Amino acid sequence: MLSVLRTIWMTLMHTFRKRDTVLYPEEKPYLPPRYRGRIVLTRDPDGAERCVACNLCSVACPVDCISVVKAEDESGRWYPETFRINFSRCIYCGYCEEACPTYAIQLTPDFEMGEFDRQNMVYEKSDLTIAGVGKRPGYNFYRVAGMAVGGKDKGEAENEAAPIDVKTLLP
Amino acid sequence: MFGFSTETLIDFALTAFETIAILLAVVIAAALLIWVERRLLGVWQDRYGPNRVGPFGILQVAADMIKIFFKEDWIPPFADKAVFVIAPGIIMFTTLMAFAVVPFTETIGVVDLNIGVLFVLAMSSLGVYSVILAGWSSDNKYALLGGMRTAAQMISYEVFMGLSLLGVVLLAGSFDMRAIVESQAGMWNVIPQFPAFVIFFIAGIAEIHRAPFDLPEAEQELTAGYHTEYSGMKFGMFFVGEYLGIVLISCLTTVLFFGGWLGPILPGFVWFALKAGFFICFFVLLRAATVRPRYDQLMAFGWKILLPIALVNVAITGAVVVAMA
Repeated sequence: MLSVLRTIWMTLMHTFRKRDTVLYPEEKPYLPPRYRGRIVLTRDPDGAERCVACNLCSVACPVDCISVVKAEDESGRWYPETFRINFSRCIYCGYCEEACPTYAIQLTPDFEMGEFDRQNMVYEKSDLTIAGVGKRPGYNFYRVAGMAVGGKDKGEAENEAAPIDVKTLLP
Repeated sequence: MFGFSTETLIDFALTAFETIAILLAVVIAAALLIWVERRLLGVWQDRYGPNRVGPFGILQVAADMIKIFFKEDWIPPFADKAVFVIAPGIIMFTTLMAFAVVPFTETIGVVDLNIGVLFVLAMSSLGVYSVILAGWSSDNKYALLGGMRTAAQMISYEVFMGLSLLGVVLLAGSFDMRAIVESQAGMWNVIPQFPAFVIFFIAGIAEIHRAPFDLPEAEQELTAGYHTEYSGMKFGMFFVGEYLGIVLISCLTTVLFFGGWLGPILPGFVWFALKAGFFICFFVLLRAATVRPRYDQLMAFGWKILLPIALVNVAITGAVVVAMA
């Protein structure tokens, strides 16, 4: 009986406690920079798009929500002709970001993407691409990779030695 | 005209107006309680509760009402249709009837029956029919179990409720609610009749089957008890009927033990509303704080603890009243 009265008293004392609720639309919670939210496609510091349409993100995606179609420009660079993410399927696991060899695809701290029409949840390449470098400033895939593309031959990348001719014994 | 004088007609019109005003006020208060309860539960659970619709979320009531009116009013094909439809009306009817004898102030009140207390007890007894008929006509085992539990609970606690009120009636020398309030001018009944107050309040909770005595609708074991099969406005009537019950028990506690409208400085109605409001909030606090007892515990508590205390209280009060006379 006394314990019941004590419970009632303790509950009453909660009147003066701080409320735990965060009044969301007025008061936004802090989202850390590595929060896994809306997916973006970033550009390298020169302003060119980073994505090389390798499809690794699409393969890594457990719910198959990424669709990429490859194209090649005149300099031999690959780029995505279409890059489509169906956000009504996406589970924001971040596997695509981990799989990406060029840091092109990144998750951002933004989750306010509600739509009335499900079809509007399908984001095209133009919706996904942002102007900046995202979480990886100063990284340019073609400048550090050994691949030969227009204007840059093998051995000309940063920190890269000239290729060795394996057909000769001369030093 | 029909042998009535103009004065009688005016009198009749005024009484009718007063009755309808009280009816509306009580029903609106009960509907507002839906919002009050959710906000207060929020306060005691360190959250806000509904605060979006209108100022402080008060229009939540309107939103809920609109929603419940537009819901499908489904009667199960296996139900006893006539009884199924009548049952929710009974609880509203009996609870509202009981308000007829509640004196809100010196002047406001529908009737002054010289058997006021008995009338209230009779009406709350009739309320049992609502739940038992609802449980029976639903033709659903959980509804029937809930209905049976309610019947047993309400009939048992009716006994202690009546016995606890005997002390008050002895002190006032009348069953008339207004006379009982006026007899408390010197001292509120809660002081000489404290055990009776505690028993009455506990029995009142059981009577309107609110938490912690909400066994008839214990969600965990009986889905929703006697109103499992109800939907739409029929469910809404059980819902509002429960809140009407809270208002009724709070008003009765105020009238019988806390001096009704009596109080210094402020007008009588304000005192009445303050006192009744306090008990309404206490009902919500009880729901926020307490756990539901087992069914046998509930019955044992009533018959083994409340009944002897109530009988002893009546005996002592009677002896004192006789000795003083």
